[in-house]
Amino acid sequence: MAALVVAEHDNRALKPATLNALAAAKEIAGQEVDVLVAGKDCHAVAEAASAVAGVRKVLLADDAAYGHGLAENVAPLLVKIASGYSHLLAPATTSGKNLMPRVAALLDVMQISDISAVVSPDTFVRPIYAGNALQTVQSKDPIKVITVRGTAFPPGEATGGSAPIETVEATGSTGLSEFVRAELSKSERPELTSARVIISGGRGMQSGDNFHLLEKVADKLGAAVGASRAAVDAGFVPNDYQVGQTGKIVAPELYIAVGISGAIQHLAGMKDSKVIVAINKDEEAPIFQIADYGLVGDLFKILPELEAELERRQ
Amino acid sequence: MKALVAVKRVIDYNVKIRVKADKTGVETANVKMSMNPFDEIAVEEALRLREAGTVSEIIVVSLGVAQCQETIRTALAMGADRGVLVETNAELQPLAVAKLLKAVILQENPEIVIIGKQAIDDDCNQTGQMLSALLGWPQATFASKLKISDGHAEVTREVDGGLETIAIKLPAVITTDLRLNEPRYASLPNIMRAKKKPIVTTTPDALGVDVTPRLVVLKVEEPPKRQGGHKVGSVAELVDKLKTEARVI
Repeated sequence: MAALVVAEHDNRALKPATLNALAAAKEIAGQEVDVLVAGKDCHAVAEAASAVAGVRKVLLADDAAYGHGLAENVAPLLVKIASGYSHLLAPATTSGKNLMPRVAALLDVMQISDISAVVSPDTFVRPIYAGNALQTVQSKDPIKVITVRGTAFPPGEATGGSAPIETVEATGSTGLSEFVRAELSKSERPELTSARVIISGGRGMQSGDNFHLLEKVADKLGAAVGASRAAVDAGFVPNDYQVGQTGKIVAPELYIAVGISGAIQHLAGMKDSKVIVAINKDEEAPIFQIADYGLVGDLFKILPELEAELERRQ
Repeated sequence: MKALVAVKRVIDYNVKIRVKADKTGVETANVKMSMNPFDEIAVEEALRLREAGTVSEIIVVSLGVAQCQETIRTALAMGADRGVLVETNAELQPLAVAKLLKAVILQENPEIVIIGKQAIDDDCNQTGQMLSALLGWPQATFASKLKISDGHAEVTREVDGGLETIAIKLPAVITTDLRLNEPRYASLPNIMRAKKKPIVTTTPDALGVDVTPRLVVLKVEEPPKRQGGHKVGSVAELVDKLKTEARVI
């Protein structure tokens, strides 16, 4: 039994979500966990992966066809090397979700999506219905293709290893798709999926401009800023802020929900947070039912007060 | 060109689901069922392409029990032209759905297939990717913008870091994200008109597809409940609790 983890990266740095997927892979396959780095001019990523504790070896496929992670090009590569593995895993990020079902179909196996626990090498737990139920499934397929819910598997050490890097031959481009451009949000703040503290705004924020009230509190806490679907749909903030069933799944130490009523689709993305704070003027808002600390009131008064109080007690 | 849209019948997104006492699944008896919201977005996108003159005909496919016909009728009422029901009482998992859709597509020859990025019941997020793999077509998942010209589609996708735009050759499979469009409501005259639109029924056997599940569901349970509901009276008290009781700041 051996597992292969598809590294999440941008050709320069290994993304933290890879470490969560590696943690799941180790629960399945112990010492026999390899990492695939497919990209363009991505040797630095392979080196970072080789330094991760507990990696057996790193497979490096460096080719222009993989530069933007197009599923049409990367899937055949995975299919080619799949025969050496019992398990193929990737983080349940947008790139993992895009790639892995394509690989599974080419191998004629079902994917096991978004696992939150490993019961045994063929049995896994996964959330369904926006996390309102947990399903335990056993795979009958010879190769298990899996995406991993990062928040369910604490990341291992990023250093301490020195796995050999092996080059694998590229499978080339299928010519089916090509990358045109990316508009990625730039932020000095931590990434949502790996932040220790998150403060999110909802429809109650009333405008995108008002998000600066959240940002000021975020700066005091070293927090990432998120949003509910309602706030993204209303155009207050870009889509990559969205926390929820179909957005990002987060589980920080502290999650502060501001002006968010608490639709089940939003709760699905954050209810595994260690401590939840809710600030809302409607004391009947469902968010209060799951909040460890609820504060009823006008967020436009509370946020500046909160900023000042954090400043005072720092 | 023809567009094919697949729609899934799921428990309505407003329903608070209940796990069955015997842990075999989720209670579906006497529960409101609706079209998967992402599939509504897919139907709407196909309608807009037809209104723009890009698409000539919209075929709606649903797979599952006989009542999936209602889901197809909903899409026909929104404006789709005709329906195909792949009827079975068997449990269908995404790989089987992809194989069934492939079989229908080989009969219908659409140049564009639009489906929701995930169903809100099993939250799998697989079918579109699997379908395009089986067809050897390109895939554009999590689409928030779609532009078609000259045998190509330019698709903007919602990704973790922001937005990404790719160009794909047609035929292709597109999966929809939330911001692609806002689906229309069916008007009463259109609901009446939809009753006369044709729906063809077929079966997995007739399509020659083995739908045996690859994943065996051992049990379905409720997640652990969160103990919440405590209120604090002021910002000072909140910060105090976070520092001394929860110790998270």
